[in-house]
Amino acid sequence: MDYLVQQIVNAVSLGGIYALLALGLAVVFSIVALINFAHGELMTVAGYVIFFMLALASPLAAAVVVAIAASAAVALLTERLAFRPMRRADVTGLLITSFAVSVILRVLFQNGISARPKPIAMPQSLSGAIDLGFATVGIIPLISIAVSTLALLALTRFLKLTVLGTAMRAAAEDFAVVRLMGIRANHVVAVAFAVSGALAGIAAFLWIAQRGSVDPLMGFVPVLKAFVAAIIGGLGSLPGAVVGGLVLGILEVLFQAYLPNLLLPYRDAFVLGLVILILIVRPEGLIPAPSARRS
Amino acid sequence: MLTVRQLGVRYGQIEAVKGIDLAVAKGTIVALLGANGAGKSSTLLGLVGLVAASGEIELDGVSIAKAPPEEISRRGLALVPEGRRVFPSLTVAENLLLGGAVHGDRHDTKAAEEKLLDRFPILRERYRQRAGLLSGGEQQMLAIARALMSGPKLLLLDEPSLGLAPQVVDSVFDLIAELREQGLTILLVEQNAAQALEIADRGYVLVNGQIEIEGTGAELASSERVKEAYLAA
Repeated sequence: MDYLVQQIVNAVSLGGIYALLALGLAVVFSIVALINFAHGELMTVAGYVIFFMLALASPLAAAVVVAIAASAAVALLTERLAFRPMRRADVTGLLITSFAVSVILRVLFQNGISARPKPIAMPQSLSGAIDLGFATVGIIPLISIAVSTLALLALTRFLKLTVLGTAMRAAAEDFAVVRLMGIRANHVVAVAFAVSGALAGIAAFLWIAQRGSVDPLMGFVPVLKAFVAAIIGGLGSLPGAVVGGLVLGILEVLFQAYLPNLLLPYRDAFVLGLVILILIVRPEGLIPAPSARRS
Repeated sequence: MLTVRQLGVRYGQIEAVKGIDLAVAKGTIVALLGANGAGKSSTLLGLVGLVAASGEIELDGVSIAKAPPEEISRRGLALVPEGRRVFPSLTVAENLLLGGAVHGDRHDTKAAEEKLLDRFPILRERYRQRAGLLSGGEQQMLAIARALMSGPKLLLLDEPSLGLAPQVVDSVFDLIAELREQGLTILLVEQNAAQALEIADRGYVLVNGQIEIEGTGAELASSERVKEAYLAA
């Protein structure tokens, strides 16, 4: 029982991080049809900000807030400098641009900071476990679940209750008509990037809290997984991204926990095998995005 | 109110609109008629900035040529696009909210919405429903109401009767005439030439991207050429 509860908490915790990242990819993809491979570097930006802030003896909460703001700001900057000039480019052009942004940022981290991992020590108070009576679970996975849930709720409220959020949902369906309503295209796209960057920043904190270090390649693997999650959910679908992230996180943790030792090295093969099965049954993903018109 | 000189629209090698002149006077309905592919919709898309257009476009004496669609909308041009293009997964309320986004003030948006919900009671009934679940006629009402939310000077309607049941078509044309009575200026693109000319003050007939015939609604309705080509049915 104890083991099962721990694994469920771990699964939801990891799934929550994937969901945040997949949602960040989906928010941008749904509006400008860009698969942003530089999303991982936004995570890394946040990771380094946390590292430097903590090194300057800043409280963790302040470091996290500044890190989230920093990754949102860098997302906005990449939009303004790299993606906006390429707005009318085709999918391939956008994809190559995002690879270029990703490589440039990564090289900047490697040469400007260090190619080696930098350890980040989380406060002692976060490293323990809580006894729930029926099971003992780690504090960090619980925080991770709480933060992911809050971030998802906040984003849902923003998308549902504000004009800008509503415009973003509408832009995913028909961007040209959103512009006909007098809503500035650049504004909507910029907000999508800022939201995506902020989500990457939150995910970076949760990722680092569990792994305790930051390096220039830190964002690569989680964003690759988030990309898989976004496809499982239905690329461009926001609820799909969340569901896809959770499904992927749960599959990974369950295979990790219950595969016999002999097969453990093949965990990802099992997970991706199941993903292929899901896509054979539902090629458009679990919650397909509405078909979009783009100007 | 709207003066268009030498408007041209091209898609690569294809010249869809070949330097047309148009004028729409305040408080009138002007119909733009023509067969499929004559360049009617391209003209409207060029006017609102959704496709690149050459030539001069003036709204109340101020040039709006080359401005992006969002600026043109803010200057007072509202387009009800062909096929309605409501946001299907958004509710009626959310579609209207976006229509009024230019107000920038929730209070003004709400006031505009109340007026429109009085005019279109069906939208009040469907207020919380997703727009994609509405019937074609209801979606057309929503598309028109959404365009009116911004309080436009000039309303551009692209094939508002397309795909609607005959009784619904009648009510759409009645509505357009009613809007003019209230002082709105309208540029109406229609394939249903007979009904369009019934309510139009002036009309233009487009053929292969050029204006072939122009005149008052009554002149066009009685023109042999127009009768032959567009009113045969």
